[in-house]
Amino acid sequence: MSRIAGRFQQLAERGRTALIPYIVAGDPSQDVTVPLMHRMVESGADIIELGVPFSDPMSEGPVIQQGHERALENGMCLNRVLELVQEFRKSDNTTPLLLMGYANPVMYMGYAAFADAASAAGLDALLTVDIPPEEVGDINAELQRVGMDNIFLVAPTTPEERVSRIAAEASGFIYYVSLKGVTGAGHLNVDEVAQRLAAIRRHSTLPLAVGFGIKDAESARTVAAVADGVVVGSALVNIMAQTVADGGNAGQAIDAVAGLLHEIRKGIDSAAS
Amino acid sequence: MTIKMSENVYAAVPDAQGHFGQYGGKFVAETLMAALAELEAVYQALAADEQFQQEMDNDLQHYVGRPSPLYEATRWSNTIGGARIYLKREDLNHTGAHKVNNTVGQALLAKHMGKTRVIAETGAGQHGVATATIAARLGLDCVVFMGETDIQRQALNVYRMKLLGAEVVSVTSGSRTLKDAMNEAMRDWVTNVDTTFYIIGTVAGPHPYPMLVRDFQSVIGREARAQSLAQTGRLPDALVACVGGGSNAIGLFHPFLQDETVAMYGVEAGGHGVSTNEHAAPLTAGTPGVLHGNRTYLMQDSDGQIMDTHSISAGLDYPGVGPEHAWLKDIGRVNYVVAKDDEALRAFHKLTKIEGIMPALETSHALAYAETLAASMTPQQTIIVNLSGRGDKDILTVAQIDGIVV
Repeated sequence: MSRIAGRFQQLAERGRTALIPYIVAGDPSQDVTVPLMHRMVESGADIIELGVPFSDPMSEGPVIQQGHERALENGMCLNRVLELVQEFRKSDNTTPLLLMGYANPVMYMGYAAFADAASAAGLDALLTVDIPPEEVGDINAELQRVGMDNIFLVAPTTPEERVSRIAAEASGFIYYVSLKGVTGAGHLNVDEVAQRLAAIRRHSTLPLAVGFGIKDAESARTVAAVADGVVVGSALVNIMAQTVADGGNAGQAIDAVAGLLHEIRKGIDSAAS
Repeated sequence: MTIKMSENVYAAVPDAQGHFGQYGGKFVAETLMAALAELEAVYQALAADEQFQQEMDNDLQHYVGRPSPLYEATRWSNTIGGARIYLKREDLNHTGAHKVNNTVGQALLAKHMGKTRVIAETGAGQHGVATATIAARLGLDCVVFMGETDIQRQALNVYRMKLLGAEVVSVTSGSRTLKDAMNEAMRDWVTNVDTTFYIIGTVAGPHPYPMLVRDFQSVIGREARAQSLAQTGRLPDALVACVGGGSNAIGLFHPFLQDETVAMYGVEAGGHGVSTNEHAAPLTAGTPGVLHGNRTYLMQDSDGQIMDTHSISAGLDYPGVGPEHAWLKDIGRVNYVVAKDDEALRAFHKLTKIEGIMPALETSHALAYAETLAASMTPQQTIIVNLSGRGDKDILTVAQIDGIVV
């Protein structure tokens, strides 16, 4: 069983909803990322989603776009992201790690080479925003070869007949995009999310995580009531950037993220009880 | 790879998934997949609908001013002393460039789909102006995304768009040019997909855009082919067009692809030279990858990050190119070459002085290469250059380079 499947199973047994924080690898600096990952685990993260910075992050709102720009300015690249994964694994061999990024850097490295390098580093799954099932090519076979999951998105605009097609390609969990928009947008409708998740469950037994637009304990609580996992990204990237902009050091940026995650964890757990 | 040109392989692309060989496709976030499927279905239905085609033809004739003339540039040809050069005068279209052929078509699609708002990306501003123009005529809300750098170098077109009632959004992310404007337009579309039609200005983006923009622009080549036969009694020996995203080039080339005797040259922006990193010539010096929804040749670094480009012309300053061009390059049907900034500038001045036609800086790249090509040919041979746009928008840029305060 993959780390991700195992983690969701454990959580289900304990009646707990997964908290999945997203950060951009290398933002605000390269040496912050691994300590930050460990601290997020201590603060209640169940799975970590690491953003691979890309020059043209078309699905991101301004907060995460700027995170990508800062990471690239810091010299981040896909190989370096995998090195950070390897470093994290030296002292945490249980927390599932997911890379979220765009097709081109992975395609440029080559799907087979990526699968080899990623699994050797200790990565569990890949989510490429701009590779829908129609364009998977060899990537699923390559990821399966090394025992990695391929995470797919389902959107509010996805017709139900398409959900089964996506479910057929997906493994690990399905990521439901909670709104029409970019990451960090602010018009989440939880009733609509609940209805859509019910529709997806008719086509897949995979756990369902929800992301885009969840920014605090309250929005996390409402989503946790209907989902198996809650993804929080922009709010974390933003609080880190604000801390640095206000003159804070790396340690204070990590503290700020940990504080917010802790609040969100409490919100999620209050929904479960 | 080579193919037998007698087979009509050109009509078989893109395939049902939007692929031109290994290029093209739909590399977009899931949120847009349904919208692309809807657009494809509507386009397929309307492309076969006689009433829609009549509406389109009527607009092209009476609003755009088609057909555009095929003009023999005799004085220019004589200074070169080689092939006779004909100019396909897309600069004489309403709004001054070929871009309007496509915006007329896509805006009609938007109207038929009941969309009330159109968005567009623009580099030089010609596509933005053409979109704002047709939005004004159809009473649609219009938002144009434009990189901050391009807003500065194309101030006249920015003001034109505002006069036409469009909102121009300054894009300050990334390199602040066309590619970033396209990112921002995609972000808007994903947010407002229910009400909004995204009018993409070139033969790039996810399927079906490369196909439908090609189809709308192919009026250029269909007219040019008939005009060549009528005016010279034969087909041209060569076609030349500039290539940024590649819409004017594909529009001219496509109806000639099966004519084996017609050579084709797509001219990319050589900037300061392709041996420097300051150019915008992905077909000449790039590698395949995925950007803006399609797989194509890109300017990218060893990590798959998209590189900043440079061209004197905002309309060519783009790190990708339409996927059909990528395919036409690989199968060897079209030759892709470059003209540098200084060569384009010389051609701009020369055509203006010698023919009284002021070309856009984008177009000037095609003219620069055509001059070299014509010199290697005989006076019995002919070349058609796509005069894709007029140069009024570039006067301030040229004046600045020449050290003149207007």
